[in-house]
Amino acid sequence: MELIYEKSVAGRTGVRIPLSDVPKAAPLPASLRRGDAAAFPEVSELDLVRHYTNLSRRNFSVDTNFYPLGSCTMKYNAKVMEQAGALFAGCHPMLALLPGGERLVQGPLSLVYEVEQQLAEITGMDEVTTQPLAGAHGEMTGIMVIAAYHKARGEKRKYVIVPDSSHGTNPASAAMAGYEIITIPTAPYGDMDLDAYRAAMNGEVAAVMMTCPNTLGIFNPHIAEICEIAHQAGALTYYDGANLNAIMGKVRPGDVGFDVIHVNLHKTFGTPHGGGGPGSGPVGVKKGLIPYLPTPRVVRTADGSFGVEAHPEGIGRVSDFFGNFGIMARAFAYITLLGGEGLIEVSEMAVLNANYMMARLKGEYELPFETTCMHECVFSASRQLKEGVHAIDIAKYLIDRGFHPPTVYFPLNVKEAIMIEPTETESKQTMDAFIEVMLEAARMTRENPAALHEAPVSTPVGRLDETRAARAQQVCCEG
Amino acid sequence: MGYCPNTPEEIREMLAVIGAGSVEELFSPIPQQLRAKSFELPAGMSEFELMGIMREKARVGGTEIVPFIGGGIYDHVIPAAVDHLAGRAEFYTAYTPYQPECSQGTLQALYEYQSAICRLTGLEASNASLYDGGTAVAEAALMALRVTGRNAVVLDASVNPLHREIVCGYLASLSAGVVEVAPAGCASDLERLMGCIGPETAAVVVQNPNFFGTVADFTALAAKAHEAGALLIVACYPVALGLVKSPGEMGADIAVGEGQSLGNTLSFGGPYFGFIATRKRFIRNLPGRIVGETVDQQGRRGYVLTLQAREQHIKRHKATSNICSNQSLCALRGLIFAAALGKRGFEELATLNYDKARYAQGLLGAIKGVSVLNRESFNEFTLALPKPAAKVVTRLLDRGVAAGVPLGAYYPGMDHALVVTVTEKRTKAEIDALAALLEEALWN
Repeated sequence: MELIYEKSVAGRTGVRIPLSDVPKAAPLPASLRRGDAAAFPEVSELDLVRHYTNLSRRNFSVDTNFYPLGSCTMKYNAKVMEQAGALFAGCHPMLALLPGGERLVQGPLSLVYEVEQQLAEITGMDEVTTQPLAGAHGEMTGIMVIAAYHKARGEKRKYVIVPDSSHGTNPASAAMAGYEIITIPTAPYGDMDLDAYRAAMNGEVAAVMMTCPNTLGIFNPHIAEICEIAHQAGALTYYDGANLNAIMGKVRPGDVGFDVIHVNLHKTFGTPHGGGGPGSGPVGVKKGLIPYLPTPRVVRTADGSFGVEAHPEGIGRVSDFFGNFGIMARAFAYITLLGGEGLIEVSEMAVLNANYMMARLKGEYELPFETTCMHECVFSASRQLKEGVHAIDIAKYLIDRGFHPPTVYFPLNVKEAIMIEPTETESKQTMDAFIEVMLEAARMTRENPAALHEAPVSTPVGRLDETRAARAQQVCCEG
Repeated sequence: MGYCPNTPEEIREMLAVIGAGSVEELFSPIPQQLRAKSFELPAGMSEFELMGIMREKARVGGTEIVPFIGGGIYDHVIPAAVDHLAGRAEFYTAYTPYQPECSQGTLQALYEYQSAICRLTGLEASNASLYDGGTAVAEAALMALRVTGRNAVVLDASVNPLHREIVCGYLASLSAGVVEVAPAGCASDLERLMGCIGPETAAVVVQNPNFFGTVADFTALAAKAHEAGALLIVACYPVALGLVKSPGEMGADIAVGEGQSLGNTLSFGGPYFGFIATRKRFIRNLPGRIVGETVDQQGRRGYVLTLQAREQHIKRHKATSNICSNQSLCALRGLIFAAALGKRGFEELATLNYDKARYAQGLLGAIKGVSVLNRESFNEFTLALPKPAAKVVTRLLDRGVAAGVPLGAYYPGMDHALVVTVTEKRTKAEIDALAALLEEALWN
């Protein structure tokens, strides 16, 4: 398909801007003005609408296709959440920071306060900040809070421990917060090797970061012990809430011994993924860490109104205002709509769906860790590999059959990984249809592997040359 | 509730296939002593009841106030087509385009977005978006540390103070140094900025227009930074770039900014998007996702996520950034906004902002005891008032106008200074009313 720039015709205009009702001003001095106008496309509104409507049709999405992308919790985002979020489109955040401005924005401030309370109850933490703008940003914020805690105690610790099955963001975030990383291998039981962990823990470790259930979809039964070992060495414990969808109402990280947690609102709480964001990554902490949360804090004052307070001991600001407010408005709507019982049902059905998927596919696909899974299950295409078929080939075949592929080649500690997260919003019929195609792919591996190597054939483009892209570094069109 | 479709009968069938007696049995790997101690949330409700609660909250949202405030976030027009097209579920409910063949919509749109950012900033390589303006400045500073192998930045204090706080937090985590240079009045102190560049300086960070609204040319600063082996980072306001000299034209190495003003609603602080663009030779040091052009086996043009070896899911702690989810949908809104206005419309929009601000500046600056502190500005300017600005602003809020951002909280000694923002949405009548109200607040 042509680029919008290739549809541009000099002199063509699209949307009209407001007419001027003021006199023309003397221009800026030439030394401060740009030479040529930015070469944005010159198209009519219809050109524009047709272009982006047709482009959108080149996407698979949750609203059009089953999208079991493991680790991403691609659940259906109910439309009422969109309606709810849009109500705040006209609220200027700077109003909250003006002297005397807080009383004008009591609605959105109360929402920030209440969603923090909701998330604190769901996770078992004492206070939550909504400032972090995505999961990884939450991780970084959480580790900065941990660093501030150690610093206040006069300690300078050097390391953060992560399991090798962790999301790549965990070590990357800890590194950005100034720490060196110790990686612990996975034991045969599918989670962090406890002995190796114990051996690595010492007084120089600032924190251990755990995802539970982990990226293999396995709940770590030693999680409380892991926290205890950390605490005995004076280290803190960080819970990556990426997989919270599995355990709502069942386990609260705060009860188990975690000191800091982030939650991905765009995963668990039904807000849109938007082709890669916006996300939102609120961070919750236990009491002793509250002083180190970012500034400002939304507080409830004695008269019941909501105010914005500086948080002088904290780590400073991690985003301009109160985080991705539009996303937390949707999450607040989701939690309020579903209520406690609804959230428990979400986790129960997410786990049921994943176990059903696992039970029906384990005959044909290798299950590296055979145990009851939580919200997702991880297979290996190792059997198929013997016939020359890779996980990627199966993924591409699924596209031809109308399914977005699962996550492949992650987690890194499983060879030819296929990570399936159906989520609770999918029906048995949808999963059965997907399972049939997965079984068909396994049959084709034996009978006609070449066909799998050619997939996909139904898409506007076939497999793309990624090496060429990396070499050419063509990341914007000339003009 | 929970949008869970399976019926009790289907649940029984599924449990039979699994070989479990109940759903609860599936949670048996979780030891009893680890179970939740509390889960006190109210019962759920219907959509109808929920929307009642949400409307009540939105009712006290300050939307009746006429905003002459900016501070990085601006009240601009948004063409209807932006909402409509970015709201397409195929964009809205997809995720990061890991599987390019069934994500060409998102990938091509992001490639077009990157192209728009390059054209706007006058630079050669953009990523697919960052979180917001503040974190974008911080990421640019970290990028400069990587590019130069040095460990400090010179930060112009006329950069948005909220952004500076974020930058300082990021840099402190890595024990990198920050030298803040106080402005000379409402302008950057170019001489002192140049004087602070040393052998450990990775970059000089400036903003154009700066927090006071002053427009400047940093060409000489770029040259001076380069002489010393440092980079120049220019934070910019995209709508202003319809008129003012681009970072690329000044010789800047990295341009960043808050993208909100391109088609994103105010939404009480987000979601917005940050943008970053640089010279092609620094592309491997960019943070975040990058979309690149390539071909398939039949030679058809297509787009993929590229240079992924920089990223956290591959490089883990050695990645250029921890960023994973970014702000694709908001960036898409920015792209559609740019395309809807087009080359000429965008320039006209910038000119209209400039004209309205000049009109307001003339009117407000003529009030007895009030003076304008900037030499040249775009759609924001700083007034010196004969009274503390905070008091004036509080008083005018009662009259339904947010007259500006008082500077006292951010710049010691500037208690009487007020930054006033005038976008194309402010009418002549609103500007005239502001002038009358301000005069009244100052002298009655």
